[in-house]
Amino acid sequence: MEFFSHTNIDFLGKKWYFLAFSLVFSVAGIFSMLFWHGIPYGVDFRGGTLVYVKFSHTPNDNALRAAMDHAGLHNAKIQRYDVPSSNEVLIDLDVQETSEKALDNGKNQIINTLETNAPAGRTDLNNGSLSAIKNYLVDKDPMHLGSDADQKYAQQAQAIVDGRDKGQGGVLSSFDQLRGSVDPSVVASLPDGFFLSDFSVRNVEIVGPQVGAQLRRQALLATAYSLAGMLIYLGFRFEWIYGVAAVVTVFHDTLITVGAFSLLNKDISLTVIAAILTLIGYSNNDTIVVFDRIRENIKLMRREKLSEIVNRSINQTLSRTILTAGLTFLTVLALYVFGGEVLRGFSLALVIGILIGTYSSIAIAAPILVAYQDWRISKGKRPAAMPVRTK
Amino acid sequence: MNKNLLWQLLLIVGVLLAFLFGIFGIPQSFSGAGLLTAMTNRIHLGLDLRGGTHLILQVQVNDAINVDSDNAVEILKEQLNKRKIAFADISKPDPQNDPDKIVLKGVPADSRKDLLDIANDRLPEYNLTSGADNTWTLAMKPQILADLKNKAVTQAIETIRNRIDSLGVSEPTIQEHGLGQYQILVQLPGVDDPARVKDIMQSTAMLEIKQVMGGPFPSEQAALQDKGGVLPADAILLPGHGAPGTAAGDQSWYLVSRVSAVRGKDLRDAQPSTDQNGQPNVRFELTGEGGQRFFNFTSAHVGDSLAVVLDNKVQEVANIKEAIRDTGEISGGSMNQQQAKDLSMILRSGALPAGIKYLEERTVGPSLGTDSIRAGVRAAVYGMLAVLIFMLIYYRAAGINADIALLLNLVILLGFMGYFEAVLTLPGIAGVILTVGMGVDSNVLIFERIREELRNGKTPPSAVDQGFSHAWITIVDTHVTTIVSAAILFLFGTGPVKGFAVTLTFGLLANLFTAVFVSRVIFDWVLSRKQRGDALSI
Repeated sequence: MEFFSHTNIDFLGKKWYFLAFSLVFSVAGIFSMLFWHGIPYGVDFRGGTLVYVKFSHTPNDNALRAAMDHAGLHNAKIQRYDVPSSNEVLIDLDVQETSEKALDNGKNQIINTLETNAPAGRTDLNNGSLSAIKNYLVDKDPMHLGSDADQKYAQQAQAIVDGRDKGQGGVLSSFDQLRGSVDPSVVASLPDGFFLSDFSVRNVEIVGPQVGAQLRRQALLATAYSLAGMLIYLGFRFEWIYGVAAVVTVFHDTLITVGAFSLLNKDISLTVIAAILTLIGYSNNDTIVVFDRIRENIKLMRREKLSEIVNRSINQTLSRTILTAGLTFLTVLALYVFGGEVLRGFSLALVIGILIGTYSSIAIAAPILVAYQDWRISKGKRPAAMPVRTK
Repeated sequence: MNKNLLWQLLLIVGVLLAFLFGIFGIPQSFSGAGLLTAMTNRIHLGLDLRGGTHLILQVQVNDAINVDSDNAVEILKEQLNKRKIAFADISKPDPQNDPDKIVLKGVPADSRKDLLDIANDRLPEYNLTSGADNTWTLAMKPQILADLKNKAVTQAIETIRNRIDSLGVSEPTIQEHGLGQYQILVQLPGVDDPARVKDIMQSTAMLEIKQVMGGPFPSEQAALQDKGGVLPADAILLPGHGAPGTAAGDQSWYLVSRVSAVRGKDLRDAQPSTDQNGQPNVRFELTGEGGQRFFNFTSAHVGDSLAVVLDNKVQEVANIKEAIRDTGEISGGSMNQQQAKDLSMILRSGALPAGIKYLEERTVGPSLGTDSIRAGVRAAVYGMLAVLIFMLIYYRAAGINADIALLLNLVILLGFMGYFEAVLTLPGIAGVILTVGMGVDSNVLIFERIREELRNGKTPPSAVDQGFSHAWITIVDTHVTTIVSAAILFLFGTGPVKGFAVTLTFGLLANLFTAVFVSRVIFDWVLSRKQRGDALSI
């Protein structure tokens, strides 16, 4: 089986179309970053408080919004998270409500607001910690084990927590749901000290302003170092102009990927930056394959024009460029579809980046080489000596 | 089969076994569950998968500097008085931002030499510079300043580790974080309610015993009025608990001596206990030296009151009936049993050299971790199946070759992680999936080149040979660029992201072995069984 066995497409002849295509996307992204959505920093970079809450029923967004407003959290953003059937809500406080003096203030306020109907003197089992449950059991001693029951009750507490988190996805709606895995006398004793709220906090992210600024700077530095690393390595392995062409190409990919996040108004988190750094490395792969072939063909086709050699090289490697990118794309797509909500931003960056990276190694990198050569000839210089393979 | 090939096959089997051992160790049982436990014993799950709390905190190193410069101010005053040198004022103009800077004003010009002597003899850690109008500035020497700050961080890490260890959190991570920001990263697996742990870590636990010089006063203003508007120079005003019978939240204020008779470092032991009314309290014992000082102090002040001060709050005031040598107790307010236990543990673990501030807090509930594992594994399995099946269809028999290489790649990657005790995070699982996607690229590059050579009329053995040698350089280049990116990510990233960089790097390194060496050996083996002129299935 074979795709693209004998293609002969004039890629360089279409360079103006490619340029137009890239410009449209880059400029749209830049415009969105400047005038529309801005750069949608995730909580890692802007600072703030995110509380992910799972309800036992379909949450009422408006009621939640009103409750938060009532509690004084006027800027709380409330949005549904994951698929609707998961009943999850993301409550988002901005950095003003996340002071470093009392970092978890906002979180505590949110939880208190959600727990308004708590019966006095009892704690919430759905948000109770393992140690709190264990301490309660040791105090209460429902199994009449006497004083030496620490380990036994630790096991029971673990069974309760497992039953809640693994069995019921985090929210119990009735104590009876624990029957079977937990000792009946323990289950019977729970209502004395606990009640069941209709929600469970699944995940909390609180980032103070200082860390936000620090991470922003680090992300920028890491991206710059990555690009510089590519430039140096490729300049060393090929000629400097190859390095420049590759890095310009990768920068173009990065710009369009970040622009796409701005256009879609998706948060750029730490993991998205991780994906972008990976793309900086990976996008080069296709470019290197094409460059390697150009280098090889220059020795074989001494009489041909460079544009002819480049076109031939792209066509010869087209099949492997598409296959390698396609296979990586398959795995990334699996990640996007099945990998869950936590990784959604990360896999989205990879999905976009791999598509753009493959396109650009054909449409941007190679034409830059040819354009550079044409420019040298137009200035009346000799064409630059194209490199010989260094083994 | 020739001998060379046999050795290569044996090498591959050896590597396979070695890395299988890396993943599983020697499993107790070979059932699915047994293997899973064996694996999770060696490859640790990150916080995002098992649930837990991740904190970044900052040591307020300026606190530690302020302690030192306060001391320097006292020494300076004492020496100036001793040598009868007049001065107008000694102050620290900006303790918040410039904690080591001390300004001395109005020293007569003829005392210059004396002043330099004092600085040289008694304050060698400071640089003394003269300014206009008989003003002198003392600032800590930069090297000593930096050392002191770093020491505060190391000491804070040590103290926090002691406290967390005594809380019984399993496998905590406590380490310096970031670059020169005096930050500490604390990861507490399984802790889903960080409030109590945070309080325990944050408590500076600075215990002092001071002489009571006045009070209790109902407010700061009342205390000032009582002293005619000016506090005595050797005294400070500290808040205490409300007097018995007042409403909770009401505070009283005490005037206590600036100098402490006993400090936290004089403590030898602290244990939870109960007082004569059965109320929980904390009983402490002093070291020999501290006990001697306490004895001297109490002997000299029989009839006076002493205050037990914790973190600049008066916990307890007691009348000194007789000289005491080495024990004391803290009750203060209405401590419950848990609080008494926590406080004595904190006191035993030692004081923090400086206050700490929380900068970042992330808590992953265990139910989310479970869901993440499920989603990650599902994505990995589907992504891998898609790639394996595609290779079989597209390259037929050579697809089997690629699939074997890929599976071995995974075994080596996971084995690496087992050997290096690397932590598997959710992005790390993504890194495993990406390794499959990127690793198979090497096979594609080689196979496409072989096909090209075959089209150009080469015989299968020579096509295989050419295919590998031409693709090799390209594969190295592509791997290096990706690994460079991953390395930078490792340097800058934290937690989950670091896990991703680790798996991706290990995976691609392993790929150089599997996609090139292993795949080549399999080709050679296939070719060795073929008759001359047989076609290669690729």
